[in-house]
Amino acid sequence: MALRMWASSTANALKLSTSASRSALASPAFSLARSFSTVLEGFKYASSHEWVKHDGPVATIGITDHAQDHLGEVVFVELPEEGKSVSQGNSFGAVESVKATSDINSPISGEVVEVNTKLSESPGLINSSPYEDGWMIKVKPSNPSELESLMGAKEYTKFCEEEDASH
Amino acid sequence: MAVSQTRNLGLPLINLLRLKGVPILQQLHLEERLLRTSSDNWCIINDGTIDPTIVMGISGKPQELLEIESILRDDIPVIRRFTGGGTVIVDQGTIFVTFICNKDAVPGLQSYPQPIMSWSSLLYKKVFQGIEISGFARMIDYASCTAVVLSDYVLGDRKFGGNAQSITKNRWVHHTSFLWDYEISNMGYLKLPKRAPEYRQARDHLEFICRMKDYISRSSFIDRTIEAVGSEFLLRSAELEDAHCTLGSKFEPSSRLLRKQELGEAIFKSLTASQS
Repeated sequence: MALRMWASSTANALKLSTSASRSALASPAFSLARSFSTVLEGFKYASSHEWVKHDGPVATIGITDHAQDHLGEVVFVELPEEGKSVSQGNSFGAVESVKATSDINSPISGEVVEVNTKLSESPGLINSSPYEDGWMIKVKPSNPSELESLMGAKEYTKFCEEEDASH
Repeated sequence: MAVSQTRNLGLPLINLLRLKGVPILQQLHLEERLLRTSSDNWCIINDGTIDPTIVMGISGKPQELLEIESILRDDIPVIRRFTGGGTVIVDQGTIFVTFICNKDAVPGLQSYPQPIMSWSSLLYKKVFQGIEISGFARMIDYASCTAVVLSDYVLGDRKFGGNAQSITKNRWVHHTSFLWDYEISNMGYLKLPKRAPEYRQARDHLEFICRMKDYISRSSFIDRTIEAVGSEFLLRSAELEDAHCTLGSKFEPSSRLLRKQELGEAIFKSLTASQS
């Protein structure tokens, strides 16, 4: 909704100010008409649009389909090293898309035990497979109860709809 | 940190910081600190920077973007900045305009790259309204209903300004370098980038850019920009000392000068890549 509003106002008003830049790669165009992002059951979600999947002693973290859709084509990812600590709600890295760096915030606290090294050569995995091949870090949670403060799939879906509708 | 009052009379408050000739690295450090440690909105206008300096985006690879041997020979500083985007060479003829805002400062604006760029393009449209140009003004094409990315500021099909951004959980920076004037010889330090917008059509720098000074005076551009900002924010004049007072002392900015050794290593990488 936000993209549609700002894009259409610019299309109507624009005379000389800006030029369009399309993705030079073969990746799919990001449709303005798209209204649904994928949200998976069994995952937990933060209001800053990161997901976490808790599986035994390890939790996997990435950004959601909603986030990658709004960010655009990801061209670069900056991730922490193994052994680093992350804390709930704070930045642990960044992605670059469309001339912008955007913070990625950890949904939970813990120690980084694995980093997805494929993202350095293939950052576009975040766009094409945000919940699977585009995972970012695996963390050993220091406080598993933090997961209870996160949203489930239905709640996150509603959150995204409300956020888009209000902008 | 206490949240300062950011709205008055219905418009969000913004601190207007006017600088002249501040070195670009100092400006970038200030921006990053204000992004991360201030809770106010800021508009920074830096009228020129003292020495010609190359500024790459966060992921820029020197071996792909720069004529490194010339740069080392002529001792041109190279900076890697904290925002995304491409490479520019800036000097006294560059005018910098930066917005650092809370995510709810502009009503209805989602803090993602495209909406922020759309918002800024509308603001700058006010700045350039009524300016006579030659050549065809380019329109955004939405006929195919694909999302297009608003990136450069152009007159006709020549670029006069480029922007980049950094977005955190609750704030964002959008900064622009405007080519009010430039030295032709400086453009020789930059290679043709691999990633470029379609409208560039593989033109080299001198065929691709234009000087704002051919269309608007320096003071008029700055005055018009301030007026446009004033139409969306309540302006509060600030001094550099005010900005430093609000900053947390522990934060270390990430924008940095590349060492000559790093540039030398980049030449080696470039040679290795061409041989493989």
